[in-house]
Amino acid sequence: MKFSIYRYNPEKDDKPYMQDYEVELQHGDRMLLDAILRIKAMDDSLGLRKSCREGVCGSDGMNINGRNGLACITPLKDLKEPVILRPLPGLPVIRDLIVDMSQFFKQYHSIKPYLVNDNPPPQKERLQSPEDREELNGLYECVLCACCSTSCPSFWWNPDKFVGPAALLQAYRFIADTRDDATSERLDNLEDPYRLFRCHTIMNCADVCPKGLNPTEAIGKIKEQMVKRMV
Amino acid sequence: MALSRQIFDTVIVGGGGSGLRAALQLAEAGHHVAVFSKVFPTRSHTVAAQGGIGASLGNMQEDHWLWHMYDTIKGSDYLGDQDAIEFMCRKAAEVVYELEHFGMPFDRNPDGTIYQRPFGGHSQNFGERPVQRACAAADRTGHAMLHTLYQRNVRAHCQFFVEWMALDLIRDYEGVVVGIVALEMETGQVVIFQAKSTILATGGAGRIYHSSTNAFINTGDGLGMAARAGVPLEDMEFWQFHPTGVAGAGVLITEGVRGEGGILLNSEGERFMERYAPTMKDLASRDVVSRGIDQEIKEGRGVGPEKDHVLLKLDHLGAEVINKRLPGIREIALKFANVDPIREPIPVVPTCHYQMGGIPTNYYGQVVAPRGALGTSEVIPGLYAIGECACVSVHGANRLGTNSLLDLLVFGKSAGDHLCEWLKTNPQHRDLPHDAADRSMERLSRLDGAQSGENITEVAQAMRRTVQHHAGVFRTGTLLREGVEKIREVAKRARNTAIKDKSRVFNTARIEALELENLVIVAEATLVAAEARTESRGAQAREDFKDRDDKNWLKHSLWYMEGSRLDYKPVNLQPLTVESFEPKVRVY
Ligand SMILES: Cc1cc2nc3c(=O)[nH]c(=O)nc-3n(C[C@H](O)[C@H](O)[C@H](O)COP(=O)(O)OP(=O)(O)OC[C@H]3O[C@@H](n4cnc5c(N)ncnc54)[C@H](O)[C@@H]3O)c2cc1C
Ligand code: SF4
Ligand code: SF4
Ligand code: FES
Repeated sequence: MKFSIYRYNPEKDDKPYMQDYEVELQHGDRMLLDAILRIKAMDDSLGLRKSCREGVCGSDGMNINGRNGLACITPLKDLKEPVILRPLPGLPVIRDLIVDMSQFFKQYHSIKPYLVNDNPPPQKERLQSPEDREELNGLYECVLCACCSTSCPSFWWNPDKFVGPAALLQAYRFIADTRDDATSERLDNLEDPYRLFRCHTIMNCADVCPKGLNPTEAIGKIKEQMVKRMV
Repeated sequence: MALSRQIFDTVIVGGGGSGLRAALQLAEAGHHVAVFSKVFPTRSHTVAAQGGIGASLGNMQEDHWLWHMYDTIKGSDYLGDQDAIEFMCRKAAEVVYELEHFGMPFDRNPDGTIYQRPFGGHSQNFGERPVQRACAAADRTGHAMLHTLYQRNVRAHCQFFVEWMALDLIRDYEGVVVGIVALEMETGQVVIFQAKSTILATGGAGRIYHSSTNAFINTGDGLGMAARAGVPLEDMEFWQFHPTGVAGAGVLITEGVRGEGGILLNSEGERFMERYAPTMKDLASRDVVSRGIDQEIKEGRGVGPEKDHVLLKLDHLGAEVINKRLPGIREIALKFANVDPIREPIPVVPTCHYQMGGIPTNYYGQVVAPRGALGTSEVIPGLYAIGECACVSVHGANRLGTNSLLDLLVFGKSAGDHLCEWLKTNPQHRDLPHDAADRSMERLSRLDGAQSGENITEVAQAMRRTVQHHAGVFRTGTLLREGVEKIREVAKRARNTAIKDKSRVFNTARIEALELENLVIVAEATLVAAEARTESRGAQAREDFKDRDDKNWLKHSLWYMEGSRLDYKPVNLQPLTVESFEPKVRVY
């Protein structure tokens, strides 16, 4: 199988280049990550992140034939050759397929990604109805892979000012949690021409999420709540 | 060469469930703590846990921590230490409620309480009937828990060193642990972290096996660090296997498939479980089924070009049943085995899942090791270990499902609390020995200097095949003795590896070479301890010694890296407040 992979090692290379590889797949190689590891066995200098190899840890986000995805759950049989692999777009490249995610996590941290409830907790659990709990489905499952934010044009242009779809999805995860008391602070935190309102509902994010989550919808719901509290 | 140095009260190596729980306790108390992780914390393998967290909340039926304690001891095949087990089961409800208060999105019952589901081995009233004890967030409990703990640490302003790999412990001349040496992956720089105390929370080492449900990063680094520093490893012969992981991929296929009527076949198309378990057949207990599959493979009736797996057939159930009852399994089979179970069988193999052994500790998380010939255990000052890398021992010879996530919470918190007290009476940092970083620097300079040598991928493959074949589900003296010989060969090769890539920036080849050194240590400990234990108990099933032998083997093994020597210490059968549970024959 033929591959063309983005290579860049700041210690050696003046600028990035594409390197071609041809690899013989073996019995049992099904996912893109399997093939990349065969390449890495031939050329140990190829850099990428990986861990769970089952789509739950969010390590191996990359741009695969022009579309962001997780290599470990991208079937090889669906890929057109040569498979073109690039790092996630819009973030600084550290080396090869490894990007600097600091900006992405900074935005995640900026939405206060934790439950806020200053009432002393009861002796047992805080009660929550199954229906209220259901509101968190489609939100809490995010693996922070950054596939969405790095396919969002608004995030490319303003990664320091626009929160981006992944972190906005998490912002809504806490707004939607009946146990959280900080909804109005959370909305204040986003009420700004950039932080939330740079989203122009282009839908790239929802289209690309490898976990099938829909940040656009969550962003819509935050905007709704903002409108609601204005009237 | 002078290395730069940073100073903390406590360094925690590991940002999985156990490391994050301990970090929270310390950070919220205002201590200066640093958490190291090879990956961004939410990518730690706790994220993959599915089923639930065990705690006798009694939300579904009446339940009691004492029943949980009994189930855990019986599950451990009586090798678990009863003081630690009582401690864990008593604390379970408290740590689960806390996790809920932190924001954990547990599933809920109509009355608003946490939903609990049934799990293997959990019972009411000392084995009378099943009880729903596993607190769950869908089938993503580990993901929900790990993210919640990370989030709470963000709130507590805990300091993280993300994508740093700890290389070695630093022990001073009196044996006190005074910090670690660590490597920053992005820059390749090596830094000394001086600390009053160090917690190892590096997770399991399931990657010593060819077929494993574990992540690539589960390489037993904490075990390697401890062993190199002279700390013994406890009960390393005990590894839990799940009968049906997808062959080659390791992703789990639930027991529910066989519950619906799926059957296991060998290369001759024979339903071989009828020979091993005439009554229960494919639905016998996990260890029995795993042993059956392994025996078929060893006798040459495995399937595939390497004859290394068997088939799980369920097409006879029909499309309707499969789509209705097993849609998730169909998705996994399509994704990871490239087969549609409606038409074809799924290739499966017993899959290494969990490491019961580890770094010996007490229930405060303090690392303890025998000192002197009498074998009395003494605390190694400054060193703690928690989570899957530790052996406290609550899981003994066989872990009960849901007890690991619980172990992370209980002992993570307990170590944090103990350290908060300890730090009060130990306000000073001790001096670093002048050879603090020597061991790490030697390892690195050997790798940097090696122009030719063994290929990492090949040595790793040889190690995994050796452990899989010789210390699998089912063991014999001959197999184990051969395995010990082979793994020593592999260990020699691992000391002679070479990588082509010598650059400093995010050199993943170097990381993998360092990880391999740790894996090989764990592999050798496993084979040596298993060879010596001439009995069958829990996960150690010996064909040449089929029975449990309480007279000679009701004891923990301790493996020392130096000389690959074994020692033993007694099982603690004395709980904290209740009466001891005496060893009995184990029937379910
Ligand atoms: C598929 C699967 C399903 C499971 N389901 C359940 C379940 O339902 N219930 C249950 O109770 N248990 C379950 N378990 C077991 C349980 O999930 C694990 O035992 C537990 O999560 C381990 O947590 P930990 O904190 O010890 O380590 P991990 O979560 O593995 O974290 C280890 C941490 O150490 C870091 N680290 C390692 N080495 C170094 C180093 N050299 N330098 C710096 N950092 C390092 C890693 O980066 C990581 O942050 C399951 C396990 C698997 C594999
Ligand atoms: S919908 Fe909004 S957040 Fe999503 S890609 Fe488009 S602009 Fe970005
Ligand atoms: S929303 Fe989806 S694409 Fe975005 S970070 Fe989360 S899992 Fe990844
Ligand atoms: S390796 Fe974990 S998501 Fe791909």
